[in-house]
Amino acid sequence: MNALLAVDVPWWGTTIIKSIAVLLVVLLPTGTVVYLYLFKMVSFMQSRLGPMEAGPYGSLQLLAEVGKNLQKEDIFPARADRNVFALAPYIVLVSTMLLAVVVPFGPNAVFTDLDTGIFLALAVSSVSVIGILMAGWASASKYSLLGGLRAAGQLIAYELPLVLAVVGVVIQAGTLNMQQIVYAQIEGEIFGFGGLGLPFVLTQFVGFVIFMIAVQAELTQVPFDMPIAESELVSGYMTEYSGMRFLMFFIGEFATAVIFAFLASVLFLGGWSIPPFVTELLGLEIDSAWFNVIGPIVMLTKMLVLTFIIYWVRFTYPRFREDQLQKFAWKVLIPISLVNIAITGLLKVVL
Amino acid sequence: MIAALSSGALFAQSSMTNTEEWVANGVFYVIAAVALFAAIKMVTTSNVVHAALYLLVVLAVVAAVYILLGAEFAAATQVLVYLGAIMVLLLFGVMLTRAKIGHEDDLDHEQKWIGGLVAVLLMAVMSYSLVDEFDTIELPADRQPQRTQEVADSIFSTFIVPFEAISLLLLAALIGAVVVARRD
Repeated sequence: MNALLAVDVPWWGTTIIKSIAVLLVVLLPTGTVVYLYLFKMVSFMQSRLGPMEAGPYGSLQLLAEVGKNLQKEDIFPARADRNVFALAPYIVLVSTMLLAVVVPFGPNAVFTDLDTGIFLALAVSSVSVIGILMAGWASASKYSLLGGLRAAGQLIAYELPLVLAVVGVVIQAGTLNMQQIVYAQIEGEIFGFGGLGLPFVLTQFVGFVIFMIAVQAELTQVPFDMPIAESELVSGYMTEYSGMRFLMFFIGEFATAVIFAFLASVLFLGGWSIPPFVTELLGLEIDSAWFNVIGPIVMLTKMLVLTFIIYWVRFTYPRFREDQLQKFAWKVLIPISLVNIAITGLLKVVL
Repeated sequence: MIAALSSGALFAQSSMTNTEEWVANGVFYVIAAVALFAAIKMVTTSNVVHAALYLLVVLAVVAAVYILLGAEFAAATQVLVYLGAIMVLLLFGVMLTRAKIGHEDDLDHEQKWIGGLVAVLLMAVMSYSLVDEFDTIELPADRQPQRTQEVADSIFSTFIVPFEAISLLLLAALIGAVVVARRD
């Protein structure tokens, strides 16, 4: 059996397979999240049914939306900078998809086992701001430009707490590598009891909360949606986009939520692992190939829980004012995360 | 640009024994060509925002060169600092002040020849010193990506004094910025 499966794939072959797999890993969960939360959960929260016509319980609504957007005319504003305008959505989407590359889904189910792991992911995630700025500027519209500038100011401000919240985890795990962070949580012990491992959400709860708040802001959605505030800016940097390019911004936004939920579940919730005592009950080794099957399911579950929280907050809270939003990042989140880093470092040395 | 060219010089000298080296070299020449094109377009384009975007391409390509050389940490830092922070702030500033779309006539400057001369001189000096220093050094054929731990070890032991000096410089700049920005 092993000899049968041991196909020798050339390096370009693995690259092609991995590229398709990244597309699936990003797009399928994104579709799930959009249907489950954006279409259905928000409808139930507002005492309505949501889409019901396309497919059973409206489950094919998403395909209908994609079909609608694909056949729309590709409109460029008359005075727009065509090349920059056309390029902007690609930059947003690609920077999001590149994030998926570092996420481990099992002991061997990884795209690349990068040594810099989470650091590279945070670095690449900051590139999407450039796409947003390009979109805002190239649209030749005051609303778009204001939306783009607000987005840039907000993303710069919340990039810092996002990175600083992760530093605590990195100090505790002693590595930047995502796979090693998962193993550190499996091998961790709670006061000598190793049955649950040590999900870093227990020791880094402050970091976890700051991370999730910063993710909410990175997504530029309620309560941090000043960049696309409908009542002021129509739709911010996306105002002039239609059809396929609007769809790309749309996918980019929800894919970012999915990917950041994946990152958060690796960093704080133990990633693809299940509690060690369950592993023992099942009689499995932690490195066994079974975890390449169980891992993605576990990751998907954790991702759905975290995105549930993200959209719960989105549909519950009112919008921050611009100055409150900036103050919250610079005067609350960053100092708290710095204190968190200092305490974590101190405890790491002492214990 | 200079970094890209000089690391290319290093690459050309490493032993090309297998296909991977050939692929690596091919990739290098592609990204070097992109860097050269973007750098030339950056100074010749007639729109400030386009110039900033071309500069962005150049900086991204430098990150690609770092990855090609196996310096993952440096590449990630390049992306985080230059693309994610500095270029965003630069674009932010440009768009807040003069964000005209289309052709701009007043971008040329009468002192551009002097500027060009200084740039050529700088490139000559840096190329000479790099070739002079690394002429005979070859990269090992079986080199591995540099581990982040090694980077940290060398920063916090061998290069601790320059590291602390730069930290102090950045702190001074930070305090200076706060003092300048204060209204009262």
